[in-house]
Amino acid sequence: MADNTQQERVGVYVCHCGSNIAGVVDVQSVARFAAEDLKGRGVVVARDYTFMCSVTGQELIEQDIREQGLTRVVVAACSPHLHEGTFRGACGRAGLNPYLAEMASIREHVAWVHTDKAVATAKAKAIVNGAVERVLRNEPLEAIRVPIEAGTLVVGGGIAGLQTALEIAEAGYPVHLVEREPSIGGHMAQFDKTFPTLDCAACILTPKMAAAGSHPHIQLHTWSEVEKVEGYVGNYTVTVKKKPRYVLEDVCTGCGICIEKCPVLVVDEAHDAGIGYRKAIYTPFAQAVPNIPVLDPDTCTYYVGGKGGCRACEKFCPTEPNSIVFDQQEERITLRVGNIVLATGWDLFDARRIHQYGYGRLANVFTNLELERMCNAAGPTGGKVVLRDGQTAPARVGIVHCVGSRDRNYNNWCSSICCMQSVKLAHLVKERTGAEVFNFYIDMRTPAKDYDEFYQRVLDEGVHFIRGKVAEVSDVPRGPDEQGPLFVQVEDTLAGLQRRIPVDMVVLSAGLEPRRDSKAVGKTFGIACSTNGWFIEKHAKLDPIATMTEGVFVAGCAQGPKDIPASVAQGAAAAARVLSYIRQGELALEPVRASVNEAQCSGCRLCNGLCPFNAISFIEERRVTEINAALCQGCGTCVAACPAGAISGSGFSNEQLLAQIEGLLLDVARVPEPA
Amino acid sequence: MKALFYPGCAMQRNARAYLDSLLAIRADIDLELEEVADWNCCGATEYMSVHRVPAHALIGRNLALAQRQAADTKLLTAGCSACYLNLAKTDTQMREDRKLEVTVNEALAAGDLHYDAGSLQVRHLLDVVCHDIGYAAVKEKVVKPLYGLKVAAYYGCQVVRPDYDDRWDSHEHPTAMDRLLAALGAEPVDWALKTQCCGGHMTVIGPDVAYGLIRRLVHGAAEAGADLVATLCPMCQLNLDAYQVEMNRHFHADYHLPVLYFTQLMGLAFGHKPADLGIGKEFVDAAPALAKIQVEAPPEAKAKRKRRHRPEDGLPMPRME
Repeated sequence: MADNTQQERVGVYVCHCGSNIAGVVDVQSVARFAAEDLKGRGVVVARDYTFMCSVTGQELIEQDIREQGLTRVVVAACSPHLHEGTFRGACGRAGLNPYLAEMASIREHVAWVHTDKAVATAKAKAIVNGAVERVLRNEPLEAIRVPIEAGTLVVGGGIAGLQTALEIAEAGYPVHLVEREPSIGGHMAQFDKTFPTLDCAACILTPKMAAAGSHPHIQLHTWSEVEKVEGYVGNYTVTVKKKPRYVLEDVCTGCGICIEKCPVLVVDEAHDAGIGYRKAIYTPFAQAVPNIPVLDPDTCTYYVGGKGGCRACEKFCPTEPNSIVFDQQEERITLRVGNIVLATGWDLFDARRIHQYGYGRLANVFTNLELERMCNAAGPTGGKVVLRDGQTAPARVGIVHCVGSRDRNYNNWCSSICCMQSVKLAHLVKERTGAEVFNFYIDMRTPAKDYDEFYQRVLDEGVHFIRGKVAEVSDVPRGPDEQGPLFVQVEDTLAGLQRRIPVDMVVLSAGLEPRRDSKAVGKTFGIACSTNGWFIEKHAKLDPIATMTEGVFVAGCAQGPKDIPASVAQGAAAAARVLSYIRQGELALEPVRASVNEAQCSGCRLCNGLCPFNAISFIEERRVTEINAALCQGCGTCVAACPAGAISGSGFSNEQLLAQIEGLLLDVARVPEPA
Repeated sequence: MKALFYPGCAMQRNARAYLDSLLAIRADIDLELEEVADWNCCGATEYMSVHRVPAHALIGRNLALAQRQAADTKLLTAGCSACYLNLAKTDTQMREDRKLEVTVNEALAAGDLHYDAGSLQVRHLLDVVCHDIGYAAVKEKVVKPLYGLKVAAYYGCQVVRPDYDDRWDSHEHPTAMDRLLAALGAEPVDWALKTQCCGGHMTVIGPDVAYGLIRRLVHGAAEAGADLVATLCPMCQLNLDAYQVEMNRHFHADYHLPVLYFTQLMGLAFGHKPADLGIGKEFVDAAPALAKIQVEAPPEAKAKRKRRHRPEDGLPMPRME
């Protein structure tokens, strides 16, 4: 390796991070090592300081660059994830190209994982040595600047997506809101009341739906799905599949005559959670936006009945031309947007998976969503809480918490909303039927504002709370004297008793799950899911909105279970992030990018499928692979995979990495050979 | 296929019908059984909770004998739930707990024996029949299908739980035996108590508790329309069958629900004579129920329509496919 590194002047700064690093690593010794032993490698100054990230710490670096003419900087501190930007900024202010600074992670990689001070100090020295060797080979780089398209794609029209869309549109920028269902509104539109204030869900949601439906800057694409995403931050090209509605959207007036005349009644598995009915041509609920029906070809007699079906909808449609188009085809539209917000929501845990709770087997076992629909005045029972017979009000109701959640047999996570939802349902059931209500909980989790007060209120209303995980729900009495009809078998862990509580109705508070297709959706947008299927945010605490793909944000339950206020907050936060990008007009992208040396590329295409950001494409004419610099996030996967060594990264060239490895091996090399 | 066979003491005495029927059908399903020579008691349900390490050593001896004998098969099967669970438990715990493995082997060394945890596959007989031999192979051998016979498949508590090797579809509502019964032409009934406790040795220790549990099971199966109960465990069979009379007396009830081993039903479907299958040894006479077996196949249930229709009254039930 040609060594043209002799003329560089390197400064090394060792951070104490309070006692985080200094408690385990002898920081003075590390600084001394850099100053003395690495003098020959161009280190002209080495210091240790309590908090390098503080203003004073940064000024140390800036001053040395100006006064000592440093050409390279190494900061031995935390992970570059945290403070790389800080120290690059300091170099930039002092007139040094920011990419000539390098961080040595002696906190995460050393202090936090070791206890032996001598060993930790030796390892810290090796890491610093590696960083010095690497920085000597760094090249000055310039940030890539890309223009930002002003439009934004919001995927999912639930409360989180609606909030994002409205915030961005209110700021005057165009939004495309894509929703898979016939109407926007999401799960919130199914609910009756919302905790802890018992606001009517529709009363607070429908104004937002109406605003989104009529907003000049929001274009709704309902009954549609995103099929393909190409491009990069600021510059996405999105293909949206519009499923056939069999109704002309721009002609239909939403009069509803077709729905009234349709003779086919089917169970509504979607909006009414399987306990109500809809027609074969339907709008999911009265306040649907847009108020345009959808025809369901799986049940409409035109498609399944043979002989052309009844065509009543077509006969009675009063519009000119007729809004019903039986042979409508699916369409594809292309959108150009700068940013994408995924607010795709959640699916309900399938309670049938827990056989011992009897859902699907025992008629009077319901899910929380079924009960929500029952409580809703616009629901299948007109707001009456009744047993499966449709008439009898229950006298005793058991509500089981944590169904499918916090259970290693099903889902490990806490679904976060079920405690409050169960408390709310207990209140609604009691209010409407006067029934005796039992809540079976593992722990009560009521941490947000006014939540515990609401729980106390429902306790005062006389709802019973029994702490214990329900073993089974059964309709089999122990003997002829036992009166059910249903029994909830539970260990009361506060009283230390086995209890067997007879009830008329059981409500299973089924947990929240990621959308069944979340992994495929994540792949379409180039973002990752956790093993559970929730979308992974960029940083669990400090950036729960962005993702590892620039320009793709997450909001609402798609990122993890959360309640309505948290979904709204995250939706608004995503909008703020998008707006700040749009306002900048153009974006500076990290220049750490991979590139292909075409002369060396054999066209084996090994790297093509590996790129997590869809940045690699194959050029058929020249039989070589090309990397889109704006899409590339500099992860280095392709660099490692290329068998020909044809791919190299600016900022992580093979030369840099090999030099760093050699540097890391320094102390090992010093160990004398065994005799 | 070949398996080492641990009969256990019940099969020698009260569950003789289980052994006889198994021996009668083994050729039909091509199951070669080699009895573990000089086997000893498995310790039943209680011993493990009284003296943990000696209990493991007691079972370990059977495993060690089986390992020594395991030339051309690694499969060790038992028909009794408690025997199976004890063998599987010791094998698993020795595998997971190095210290236990060493201690047990120290004890076994006194008898010049040694067991390498994990070297055998310990499996219940029903598991072998359903998952290794398979429903198709069973169905092929059926000459007298059990048409019209409604059977409650009863698994008891010890076979499907804790399910060390992930063998069963569900721990609360398994369906393996139901599918086997369907392959024999019988009609498995849907009932909720498939894996509930039969009372175990409570019939001796605290009969009132056991009678309650037995009544619940017998009532549940009868309520579901079963003509008889099929079981896979000598303890379950004993409690539900031999104590059914006692239970009736205790509660002034009048149940007559015969309880047979699944192997006996297989034997009937394979065309064996009832006497060769130990049928007639049960306390609650199975003959009236078996007389219900029809010659004609029941009409095929109509394929479910995709669409759900509005019920006469009330709210629709959840979809169950």
